[in-house]
Amino acid sequence: MSRSLKKGPFIEYKLEKRILEMNEGTKKTVIKTWSRSSMISPDFVGHTIAVHNGNKFIPVYVTENMVGHKLGEFSPTRTYRGHAGKR
Amino acid sequence: MARISGVDIPDNKRGEIGLTYIFGIGRSTAISILGKLEIEKNQKISEWTDDQMSKVRSYIADNLKIEGELRSEVQLNIKRLMDIGSYRGIRHRTGLPVRGQHTKNNARTRRGKKKTIANKKKATK
Repeated sequence: MSRSLKKGPFIEYKLEKRILEMNEGTKKTVIKTWSRSSMISPDFVGHTIAVHNGNKFIPVYVTENMVGHKLGEFSPTRTYRGHAGKR
Repeated sequence: MARISGVDIPDNKRGEIGLTYIFGIGRSTAISILGKLEIEKNQKISEWTDDQMSKVRSYIADNLKIEGELRSEVQLNIKRLMDIGSYRGIRHRTGLPVRGQHTKNNARTRRGKKKTIANKKKATK
């Protein structure tokens, strides 16, 4: 079921604040975040965000197409390199 | 034999059913089309008058995305997911279920027919 429109998208408050601050200034830094459930808003486009996958931070460069997805979708949590027999 | 929007030839079925032969029209869309145009949904398509027929045709052409156009839209959506490297895109790429189903067993529709691995070690005894 989709999220109620009344609430608006979920974006972690601190993360959004830092992104907006960076948009004001000129300096761009990689932001580390654990907030995989945050929605990517149009403000994020062009930034690189390091999203935690439970083990380490995966850098995600946000493009226009990604708006509306969640950060966690771009930071896979499982490693699977195929079965032994198939190689 | 009637022809609606290109290739589709639904036939001596009830209107409600016949329209579902078009890709992009299911039961509920079919019923709502017939409801809006005030055609009895239990009427066979062969019993439609030419006037009703053309009304259905123009309604579908004007309001609905159908067949090839719809198929390509779906493909584009999938391609977008793959290009941005999202989890769902990766699942599409590897041909595994996209919506979180288990893959320990089953999931054969997505994974295709079973590939048995030759020389799998026998039970030693």
